[in-house]
Amino acid sequence: MTATRNILLAILLALAAWQAVVLLTGVPPFILPGPLRVAKAFAANAPLIAEHAMVTLTEVCLGLILGATLGMATALHLATSPAARALLRPILVFSQAIPVFALAPLLTLWLGYGLWSKVAMAVLIIYFPVTSAFFDGLMRTPQGWLDMAQTMGASQRSILMRVRVPAALPSLGSGLRLAAVYAPIGAVIGEWVGSSRGLGYLMLLANGRSKTDLMFASLITLGCMSVLFFLAVNLLTRRLDFKAEA
Amino acid sequence: MTDAPGVGVSGHATDGGIPLFSNLAVTLGAGQWTCLLGPSGVGKSTVLRLIAGLETHVAFTGEITTTDGLPTAPRVAWMAQQHLLFPWATILENVATGPRLRGAPPDRDRCRALLGEVGLAAHADKHPHELSGGERQRAALARTLMEDRPIILLDEPFSALDARTRSEMQDLAAKLLAGRTVFLVTHDPLEAARLGDRIILMSRSGTSTLPVPTSIPPRRVDDPEMLDTQGRLYRSLMAVT
Repeated sequence: MTATRNILLAILLALAAWQAVVLLTGVPPFILPGPLRVAKAFAANAPLIAEHAMVTLTEVCLGLILGATLGMATALHLATSPAARALLRPILVFSQAIPVFALAPLLTLWLGYGLWSKVAMAVLIIYFPVTSAFFDGLMRTPQGWLDMAQTMGASQRSILMRVRVPAALPSLGSGLRLAAVYAPIGAVIGEWVGSSRGLGYLMLLANGRSKTDLMFASLITLGCMSVLFFLAVNLLTRRLDFKAEA
Repeated sequence: MTDAPGVGVSGHATDGGIPLFSNLAVTLGAGQWTCLLGPSGVGKSTVLRLIAGLETHVAFTGEITTTDGLPTAPRVAWMAQQHLLFPWATILENVATGPRLRGAPPDRDRCRALLGEVGLAAHADKHPHELSGGERQRAALARTLMEDRPIILLDEPFSALDARTRSEMQDLAAKLLAGRTVFLVTHDPLEAARLGDRIILMSRSGTSTLPVPTSIPPRRVDDPEMLDTQGRLYRSLMAVT
């Protein structure tokens, strides 16, 4: 309860500070609208914002599912094949040196203005953290467990599925939580570069027409949605953790 | 379980070109407890890992023989200082680790019976973090018994336990592992004196067999002959360079 109260208090404080800045500086609303004005814009455009939010949420969810699946598959492949480690790892590391943002126009060119260029953007941005977290977990299985499994006559496949994978699930959980934070960023970048739907598109549109209050309303919706999305993924991935002994 | 064989290990080993031990001659009597005593870092665990067929970081030259001529590795069950229970599995599932890893359906009744024998019947559905250190090591013993192997390799399995729990575990292990060829690596002279049918002292330059009490293991903690042996083992251990 204290936590909830503190969060509410922090939000109220932020809103008050925001309103104070607007009142004290007398900045015009098209530069910085006050919270009340943004709330009104939100109320007036609720169906519109909701429609675009749903588009972005779909992109984020699809991106996370696809990116996490690809990431997990890559990690498993890397962990089981020394050849894959030798060949793929340098490519993976090098691919991280390219800013994903720079690829957005290319993805739009290839996949069009629709949903899939944004999903691809989200996939690209979360693929590496998921791969890297899960792979590290798979490679850090305590030696004692591996030795024990060997004396028990377990096959390599069985050791992977029943020892290494379960032991790596908490690491995978951390990777997925990180991915949940990154996925909305990827989707919105995709929308900025070229789209006709989604919160990123709505923000650009509102900005272009000096409807700064609508832009803020979209931005805050995006923020709230991202936080809720993270909390949901966090709740699901906590099940992957196991209790360490006291 | 098939008949427990006798096992012999002899040879020498180098670690990165530097000699680790030489003139090693360890003989495990069939169906007996053999304790390998020695200072830390002399390579006791390496000898055990050689018998288990596990990876060692040394170059071993020598041979591992058995009285029946069959290899040791597929016939060992291994118990280490760490309990090695899976934190994500229940105690019952942990006891069934061997069959589960081999993809065989575990005999649940036997798992429960073994948990009963180690005194953990009431803890079957708990997870390792809910148990005490001694209870976790009991569960590890049940998992080792579940393998039903003729050769048992114990790598200081009781050394992290408090004195009382340790002596209880020694009694329990002696009872439940009777009839198997047991190899216990330890740095504790008391443990060796209580449990050994044969006690071997290991140093860098070689191994020597030390006299054991005439009574049958597990010896009482206040058995005078056992305590006398403990004293002599201490002296021998201190004399090792």
